[in-house]
Amino acid sequence: MAMFMLFCMIYLIPGDPAAVALGPRATEAMREALHIKMGLDRPVWVQFLNFFTDAWTGDLGREVLSDRPVLDVVMEQLPHTLILIAGGIGWSVALGIPLGAWAALKRGSPAERIIGIASVAVIAIPSFVIAIYALLVFAVHLRWLPAIGAGEPGDFKDQAMHLILPSLAVGLGWVGYIARMVRASMLEVLEATHIRTARAFGLPERMITYRYALTIAILPTVTLLGVGIGHMLSSAVFAEIVFARPGVGKLVYDAILTRNYPLVTGGVLVTTVLFVLINLFADLVVGSLDPRVRSRF
Amino acid sequence: MSLPTVNLLTIRDLNVRFATERGELHALRDVGLDIGKERIVGIVGESGCGKSTLINAILGLLANNGRIDGGRILFNGRDLTRLDPKSMQALRGIEIATVFQDPMGALNPVISVGRQMRNIQYRSSLRNKEKDARSVAMLQRVRIPDAKQALHRFPHEFSGGMKQRIAIAMALMMEPALLIADEPTTALDATLEVATIDLLKDLQAGIGCSVLFISHHLGVIAELCDEVVVMYAGEVVERGSTSQVFNHPNHPYTARLLECDPARQAKRTRLLPTIPGEIPDLRHRPPGCIFASRCADHRSACQAPPPEIEVDNGHFARCIHARHHDENSRSRRP
Repeated sequence: MAMFMLFCMIYLIPGDPAAVALGPRATEAMREALHIKMGLDRPVWVQFLNFFTDAWTGDLGREVLSDRPVLDVVMEQLPHTLILIAGGIGWSVALGIPLGAWAALKRGSPAERIIGIASVAVIAIPSFVIAIYALLVFAVHLRWLPAIGAGEPGDFKDQAMHLILPSLAVGLGWVGYIARMVRASMLEVLEATHIRTARAFGLPERMITYRYALTIAILPTVTLLGVGIGHMLSSAVFAEIVFARPGVGKLVYDAILTRNYPLVTGGVLVTTVLFVLINLFADLVVGSLDPRVRSRF
Repeated sequence: MSLPTVNLLTIRDLNVRFATERGELHALRDVGLDIGKERIVGIVGESGCGKSTLINAILGLLANNGRIDGGRILFNGRDLTRLDPKSMQALRGIEIATVFQDPMGALNPVISVGRQMRNIQYRSSLRNKEKDARSVAMLQRVRIPDAKQALHRFPHEFSGGMKQRIAIAMALMMEPALLIADEPTTALDATLEVATIDLLKDLQAGIGCSVLFISHHLGVIAELCDEVVVMYAGEVVERGSTSQVFNHPNHPYTARLLECDPARQAKRTRLLPTIPGEIPDLRHRPPGCIFASRCADHRSACQAPPPEIEVDNGHFARCIHARHHDENSRSRRP
């Protein structure tokens, strides 16, 4: 289904990929030849069936400009995007869960209200705005962190420094979502009978908060993050463009500009598969944290 | 039946108020009761009569909008109303343990039973292995089959009755001086109820603790308890030994409550008897007798707060009609 929609959307983009690839000085014959090579001369449904069957075998075709297999090109860029997303999740979890839990524990205090307002604010700000301002403040003005690129390959520290700002841009909005989610579920869990039981057993408040309540309160967050990966992947496109980082988002963006259709389809398809896999992973994580879910398998 | 001279828990003139959006709610008024060492005391009353509030007040776990407004809760000579939260926490689980009504929700769903039982023993200096051994022993005492395996299982893998037995095991693990049981059998079916009552009785005798048993099931109270406290709308209207209260109810509410017990119906009727009227709004508590509006026997004197009259040795009723046994009737119990 996703593949069919993807194919249609790409097919409906105006412009002849062969013309773009070959440039304005190409002859009619050259364009014909490339059409045949790319299979664009055949009927639409044959094109779709070929795309569909090839994709199942892992063959996403060859990209137009360098004639390399699309899958190789995408896979080359994938680790950069994965690390960016992981960094985004890292930010959102590292800030969102403590803030949400804190807001729930300090119910009715000014701290809770500030966290509440800030959560909505960061949800409302688009990630590219955060990216641009983060770049301006921390990289241009303060010069604390590098502005562009992914860092020297092999130099872990350099790469980490290059990751901080883009992943913040990807993850900051999710700090808000997660803080709100954790606050709400934490408040609910703290009302539960088993928390009252734990108190009646004289367990220390710290143990009740962190081991008895928070372990339950973060469960919806994991599911939320699984779905949120789709949103983060789109934020990653902006972050990769603004910070000129390599990655699948930037790859697809460049491919669209050059009408490099096989690369666009390939990039989007890999992202879709990634999304599904991450959601599966999120379900497994929930299963490992919640024995009630586990027993249903 | 003589009452023990030393009380484990003595409550006097306890008042609890809750701040609500529609005014202050006077949830408990001048509540007093005694629990002797190794005695089982039952509290009966309708829903909303303040049974649970009383427990929470004893445990120091009143909701944030609730406060104790006067009165004393003496436990082993210490006034719990004056204890700071830390000392109160130190008391809970070790000297006062609680079993709550809902066994389904009483255990943490994501922590294994063994881990929860180990956590309860966090104050003990035993090693984890020894703690687990104690947990297993305790689970065996409440007749959980395959207790060793049970440690690795999670609450949802047990039935309701088993969960309640596990909760009882957890509560009694530290051998508390007082066990508070808040309607522990209400969520269970009749067969399990009897089994759980028997179990509680056995364990109480074995450990030698006192029990404050809360129920609206009169049969269970009669079966289990040495003494009964009858509560109505946040007040103790009558208290005494189980036989005193059940055989010679002196407060009209107790009398009506006993008449309403389905188990005591002699004839089959289509409708079970009820007490006409409803519990007064506790935001506007009448100054006089709390039961006056529903009482068939009510006089103008009931507009003033009724005194607590001792009708028999250790048997009190808060009603102007209550009379001491000797002047009241010639038919004293054998």
